Amino acid sequence: MFVRLVYESFRRQKRSKLLAGAAITLGVTVATAMIAVATDVGDKINRELRTIGANLIVTPQEDSLDVEIGGVNLKPPSDGAFLNEGDLPKIKSTYWRNNILGFAPMLPVNVTVQRAGQTQDTTLLGTYFARQVSLGKESFVTGVRTTHPWWKVSGAWPDDNSRDVLLGQRLATQLGNKPGDEITISGRRVHVSGILSTGGSEDDQIVAPLALAQDILGRPGVVRRVYVSALTKPEDAFARRDPKSMSGAVYDRWYCSPYPQSIAYQLHEAIPHSHAEQIRQVTQNEGAVLTRIEGLIFLITLAALLASALAVSAAMATAIFERRAEVGLMKALGAGKLAVAAVFFAEAALLALLGGLVGFAAGGMLARQIGQTIFNSQIAIQPVLLPVILVIAVLVTFSGSAVAIRRAVGLDPVFALRGEL
Amino acid sequence: MSTPTPYVARDLADSRARAVHSSMFFRMLVRAAVLRRGRAASALLAMIVAAAVATAMLNLYVDVQAKLRREFRNYGANIIVAGKNGAPLPADTFARVSSTLAGRGLAAPLALVVARTSDGQPVVVAGTDFDRVRQLDRWWSVSNWPSAPQEALVGTRALSVVSPKNQPFDLSFKGHTIHLTPAGTLRSGAAEDSRIFLSLTDFISWTGVRPSTIEVAANGSPEEIAAIMSQLEQVLPSADVRPVRQIMEGEARVFGKTRSTLLAATTLIILTAALCVLSTLMGWVFDRRRDFAIMKALGASGRLLNTFFAAEAVALGATGALIGFVLGIGIAAWIGRVNFHAPVVPRFSVLPIVLAGSMVVTLLSAILPISLLRRVQPAVILRGE
Repeated sequence: MFVRLVYESFRRQKRSKLLAGAAITLGVTVATAMIAVATDVGDKINRELRTIGANLIVTPQEDSLDVEIGGVNLKPPSDGAFLNEGDLPKIKSTYWRNNILGFAPMLPVNVTVQRAGQTQDTTLLGTYFARQVSLGKESFVTGVRTTHPWWKVSGAWPDDNSRDVLLGQRLATQLGNKPGDEITISGRRVHVSGILSTGGSEDDQIVAPLALAQDILGRPGVVRRVYVSALTKPEDAFARRDPKSMSGAVYDRWYCSPYPQSIAYQLHEAIPHSHAEQIRQVTQNEGAVLTRIEGLIFLITLAALLASALAVSAAMATAIFERRAEVGLMKALGAGKLAVAAVFFAEAALLALLGGLVGFAAGGMLARQIGQTIFNSQIAIQPVLLPVILVIAVLVTFSGSAVAIRRAVGLDPVFALRGEL
Repeated sequence: MSTPTPYVARDLADSRARAVHSSMFFRMLVRAAVLRRGRAASALLAMIVAAAVATAMLNLYVDVQAKLRREFRNYGANIIVAGKNGAPLPADTFARVSSTLAGRGLAAPLALVVARTSDGQPVVVAGTDFDRVRQLDRWWSVSNWPSAPQEALVGTRALSVVSPKNQPFDLSFKGHTIHLTPAGTLRSGAAEDSRIFLSLTDFISWTGVRPSTIEVAANGSPEEIAAIMSQLEQVLPSADVRPVRQIMEGEARVFGKTRSTLLAATTLIILTAALCVLSTLMGWVFDRRRDFAIMKALGASGRLLNTFFAAEAVALGATGALIGFVLGIGIAAWIGRVNFHAPVVPRFSVLPIVLAGSMVVTLLSAILPISLLRRVQPAVILRGE
């Protein structure tokens, strides 16, 4: 009898059930989409923030001072320590390798260029542009095009295995060169593939494949420093603690959190005789911006959940209120309060589950759409969310119906049937 | 009133009819709300919550942009003013930059030379204004800022070269020597770690070299910053004014994405809230089909009925929107305090939008059921069919 009551109610009152169901579906759709966006937005914004540049720098442990003003290196070229280029792929073997989006080695070398018969001193910066690096069976592409995305080239990017170079914008204007020219750098004829504009000191320099810089320096296989771009978690008090003073379990927790400090520590472990440090301008502000945006989206998600809970409750209350006469009839035929409430709650649960399922699918699609249009990448929806969403949908539907059901159950059948309430 | 004169009767009937007409109208409006206060209250509640959420979202959407821009200014300078080809800037440059900015940003001068330590090692020494740098480069981790003359701020890597035991040290530049006390150490993870910073006064009296660079953190939108740049170019014809591209581009990207996400969320939430109000109100109006039928049976015209329900909807919408606006301002202020540690300024320009939106939604939710009911005979409704 109970099952039949519920079944018939769905069969006969299609319109009102459809309305309530639509409200639940809509509410769940918005809630799912917002939860999916909120859980993923941190990662997405983090990736966008990486356009500001590398956030970690690896230098030799016994490094001498940089003596550089306005992009001109005043230090004797062979002075100081170097890192070994062969150790660099190990950066991708650290615990947080998947968080490391790219790295770019740098080797500045003092060179002279020919200009109208005269020679001019300048700096040549050897680096990776988009170089294929392999570690074991894996291989990946890395270089300044990943770590320094604001570098703009008019002409073509040089190939990492070629001897082509990029001329800094201001230097090119001074020398009067354009892409395609041949120039002489410290006695070597090289081809200028493009003009580089960075807005920084590189505008006065020459940027070349790493091998060319090593060749000019006469030290094969060395680099001066490595810039690493990694996805990190905003720093907190725990991140700033000294790993040497930590006990086992605490140390493990610190080591396995993607703080700038712990990733720097792992880079220091991976590359022999190195010192890794966060670039504070990038990491400190990144943490602040990320915390603000995540917090904002979290609070807005709460607002969205509230709005959708309200929509569901309102729809359920209306749907139940319309059925006073039915309640009166049931009670007149001898149904107890419990039986009436049970019928309503069963209907509500059924509606919530159906609406929840459809809403979850629609919300997933909506989140995907938002991800595609705003971030040009997928916002994946975790299947784990489904039971959570369904439970929330049922709970909200119940609480939305509760007041209306209590009033319906308390109705006097006589008045209800006469339609006077 | 058995035998009144016809004129008096007509006057009396007229005035009474008019009085009854208008007072009856308001009495019905009020009684409808009072008698069915449960339903009326739930409709009003839905309206209030929807208006509050909409107000909060619109307010945040406008204000958060300013808040985020301020967050991004902590990245430091976004414009660099430098002498052409490394030449020092004219002496009045800093004053000109400051007067051009006129409160729209922050500027700090920077002068650089390579000096020698007592054992002949080269080291980069910078002269700057500590008070300004402190505000501009907030990410610097400084153990103690210098306050007295002849005190230096030493980068962590420079420290091991010039003053490993934190003792006073000498630097020489072109035959002039300066005796410095390390006041604190500086850690930034960039070129600053290899430098020694002095106050500009000490620096100039020692080396005679004037600033070659002025770092500027300009506030505002990309258009405003571009305007500041072109103004700087005009007043400083002998200098190079260039943007710090990595900061500007990064900011623009993150900012754009956040704004779009916020817009999508705001649209979704306002839509949900509006639909919630629509369904509640439609239920409420539909529920009162008996009132409608009785009024119609007693001879109310279609226009009167429309006016009645529309007035009711407008009253409900306006009340809900006003209460909701106040609540929403409160929510926005709270979010601002919790998340940005600064209040979100109430924007009263949002009020007309919320008010108009509420009225449209309430009117729509009144008109839809009425137009359905109008086709039905009152007798059918009254018989409960």
